[in-house]
Amino acid sequence: MFGKLSLEAIPTDPIVLTTIVAIVLGGGALTAAITYFKKWGYLWTEWITSVDHKKLGIMYFIVALVMLLRGFADAIMMRSQLAMASAGAEGFLPPSHYDQIFTAHGVIMIFFVAMPMVIGLMNLVVPLQIGARDVAFPFLNNLSFWLFAAGVVLVNVSLFVGEFAKTGWLAYAPLSGLDYSPGVGVDYWIWALQISGIGTTMTGINFFVTILKMRTKGMTMFRMPIFTWTSLCANVLIIASFPILTATIALLTLDRYLGMNFFTTDLGGNMMMYVNLIWAWGHPEVYILILPAFGVFSEVIATFAKKRLFGYNTMVWATVAITILSFVVWLHHFFTMGAGADVNAFFGIMTMIIAIPTGVKIFNWLFTMYRGRLEFTSPVLWTLGFIITFTLGGMTGVMLSVPAANFVLHNSLFVIAHFHNVIIGGVVFGMLAGLTYWFPKAFGFTLNEKWGKRSFWCWFIGFYVAFTPLYVLAFFGAVRRMQSYSNPEWQPLMIVAWVGALIIAAGIACTLIQFYVSIRDRKQNQDVTGDPWDGRTLEWATSSPAPFYNFAHLPEVHGVDGFWEAKKANGGVPPISEPPYQDIHMPKNTWEGPIIALFATIFGFALVWHIWWLAIVGGIGMFATFMARIFNDDVDYYVPAAEVERIEREHRQRLKQKGDLAHSTRLETQS
Amino acid sequence: MIRKKYLRVLSPLVLVSLALLLTGCDSALMDPKGQVGEEQRTLILTAFGLMQIVVIPVIVMTIAFAWRYRRSNKNATYSPDWHHSNKVEAVVWFVPCVIIAFLAVLTWYTSHSLDPHKPLDVEEGGQEPMVIEAVSLDWKWLFIYPEQGIATVNEIAFPEDTPVRFRVTSGSVMNSFFIPRLGSQIYAMAGMDNDVHLIADEQGVYPGRSTNYSGAGFSDMTFDAHVGSQQDFEAWVSEVRESSESLTFPEEYYDLAAPSEDAEIQYFSEVSPSLYESIIKSFQAGGDHEARVSEFADSYAEGFGHGSAHSDDESAESHGKPMSAEAAE
Repeated sequence: MFGKLSLEAIPTDPIVLTTIVAIVLGGGALTAAITYFKKWGYLWTEWITSVDHKKLGIMYFIVALVMLLRGFADAIMMRSQLAMASAGAEGFLPPSHYDQIFTAHGVIMIFFVAMPMVIGLMNLVVPLQIGARDVAFPFLNNLSFWLFAAGVVLVNVSLFVGEFAKTGWLAYAPLSGLDYSPGVGVDYWIWALQISGIGTTMTGINFFVTILKMRTKGMTMFRMPIFTWTSLCANVLIIASFPILTATIALLTLDRYLGMNFFTTDLGGNMMMYVNLIWAWGHPEVYILILPAFGVFSEVIATFAKKRLFGYNTMVWATVAITILSFVVWLHHFFTMGAGADVNAFFGIMTMIIAIPTGVKIFNWLFTMYRGRLEFTSPVLWTLGFIITFTLGGMTGVMLSVPAANFVLHNSLFVIAHFHNVIIGGVVFGMLAGLTYWFPKAFGFTLNEKWGKRSFWCWFIGFYVAFTPLYVLAFFGAVRRMQSYSNPEWQPLMIVAWVGALIIAAGIACTLIQFYVSIRDRKQNQDVTGDPWDGRTLEWATSSPAPFYNFAHLPEVHGVDGFWEAKKANGGVPPISEPPYQDIHMPKNTWEGPIIALFATIFGFALVWHIWWLAIVGGIGMFATFMARIFNDDVDYYVPAAEVERIEREHRQRLKQKGDLAHSTRLETQS
Repeated sequence: MIRKKYLRVLSPLVLVSLALLLTGCDSALMDPKGQVGEEQRTLILTAFGLMQIVVIPVIVMTIAFAWRYRRSNKNATYSPDWHHSNKVEAVVWFVPCVIIAFLAVLTWYTSHSLDPHKPLDVEEGGQEPMVIEAVSLDWKWLFIYPEQGIATVNEIAFPEDTPVRFRVTSGSVMNSFFIPRLGSQIYAMAGMDNDVHLIADEQGVYPGRSTNYSGAGFSDMTFDAHVGSQQDFEAWVSEVRESSESLTFPEEYYDLAAPSEDAEIQYFSEVSPSLYESIIKSFQAGGDHEARVSEFADSYAEGFGHGSAHSDDESAESHGKPMSAEAAE
């Protein structure tokens, strides 16, 4: 009846039990509060079934921040364990627990923190930047989010029911095969990634089409904002690489469920094939994360330097070059597999060639600051911190890309320090800069700067304190994924790294306080104009928060930085949309997205535990709901012109009340 | 030698890097004890030094530009529409290109000179390398000395200044064989015959380990490499020969291969002929690994993972030839 599932699947480890109790209590309190304040209807109609790209973007970000807390709890536990488990001491985490933690940390941080932040930001910003009213496929967008949420649910359920994989975040075969990982951990990994990965693929297609087909009048490809360009390239990478992940996991699934032998140690199975396939997806994946971050920095630095981005065309071609090159470097993740010298040299050289367009980008940001008027807001601090940190990370990356040097650095803490160097310094800094920069567009008020800057300094200093020791330890022979080590000389540096993690924890706390303080003071920090930073691109041309239809009149652009040009042409103030208005064609909300994802969650959970009848229920549920959607023709409606006029009139009144002052001061700074 | 030449050209840079990187002389990678490791140290420092040509200016420019062009500094030039300069763009493309071109040449050259499969060119010349066969098991290292007909667990010894060819495979999941003081590591993969050539030019005990995570007992999957004189090595071999233990394939081998953590050092005075090859063949079509591994199922299923490894009773004669890692790529 319940397959492999029994009461024994509930973990008895005290750390896990405490977490379960805390989450059950917290979740119960939240549910009770929503019920008490009668907010279920509001959540359902305004959020859960919404196809509004801005709301989906916000939801992606909220889930990402919650998962960041979980992923970071894993990080703190690992660093604490390694600060303790020296010279025979066992620490507080036995291998069976520690191995799950480092696996979960990697999986969560990449798939359920970094990815949703990037995709969330794309959702929030890209349609606004290209002057569109929504994405190309609004229903698909909602479904993508909920499939991603299904993956999140499965990963979190693994904490309470059963176990998570003990294989490392990429679940290398044959360790992830049935012979060596007989438990359900790898199955949770499989279904969480498979379901959310399909959502990601659909997002890729959706935004690819949106950017190509839905740009407003006058926005040629070479007038697109850089963030849109980098998003376009990231989506090309998603479309090209995520199917590889899906196929690889499907083959592993066949090995584990049907006794096939694609990646086993015998009967013709070949683990090298798994490692090749997973990195053929895995390397483009890191560029899916970093390219949009590059886009954020480009927008931030131009806006706050009050200067046009230096070398726009170069920036675009550098992005395109990175996109293409990212597909011919995957082998650098396993030079030590024993390929011949020619093969290793080829992949090493291709890898270091990526440093050229990346270096050019860095110089372009520097020359955007040059002869600008740089305001040290927190997004700018994140950007400056990024340039320094990412340059160092790029340097260690090039060192790793030399095969003969890689032979001694591979699998060491040097690798760990390197990719945190680029992912924290690049993706995390970029997403936090983007969050601060576009927050007013989402919510109508700006974030508190004081706490934002405190968060930056904690992350920046914390990063170096936590990861510099890891670079050094690698030279002493310390490797990744050790639960304990025998050499007591490593302990002092491990303790320093632990302190660094605590400093980063303070940075995360600052961000949470920043949210609290900003929401408390939202009246003072209100963004009435919709253009709090004197921005350059179209998202600042509409009110904050943007109305659900984005633009009453679709804007027209005449160059790069379309909104900036429009302001200049209008005497330094943004043109205000005036009546008459027309009816606006908009997509309707959808109940099918969340319901399909609910069945997908059931389907995944049932397959993890081999509860076959439940898997059939889940499968039929998904199919039936999907059919219901296909035969549902009532998917769109028209917003009457009168309604548009009412919303726009309110916005103009607010502008009149508060805006006059702000605009006149802005005129002064510009002249 | 070309290597010597680039070293001389870059010596000032290397010196700077040395000062920056040499935090401790007892660091394994910065104080290697063999030719391979020494060349890799030079390579790492050269690459590091070369990149300072870009890294240092970028960091200085970031801080200098940000400060000079801060909003409150009204003395600085402000050109809001300046966004293109052929001169600047030429420089920012050219400098990284030159550095990467240099590194690419270095990469091509060192990928071949430090190819782990390539026998070392030792000065005396003509000396055949000594062969030690390393097999990663859960979670210990089995070492077989085919010339001496002995085997050990978690300990090896070899004479100084003698090139050693380590043949590396796995009796289980993937691991990586690495002695940090001596240089290059190489993956150990079941059913595949990999190899790495190393040499030690100084006596001592050098810790080695698996660097590729392989499961619960991974952290303690370490061994010691004892490097002494020829006499020391011979004394060690006779000590191993005095052991009463033997290692026959398949029975005793599979007993040893059963998962165990933090395994003791063991000596075997008698070993089945071509044990290493038998282990590799056991993973190929018709090999008996599948049947044997079900015996360990309980060890893997410890805790709450209730799964059981499926067993398969077919154990026909082995046919396939060992596949080398190079051939399979």
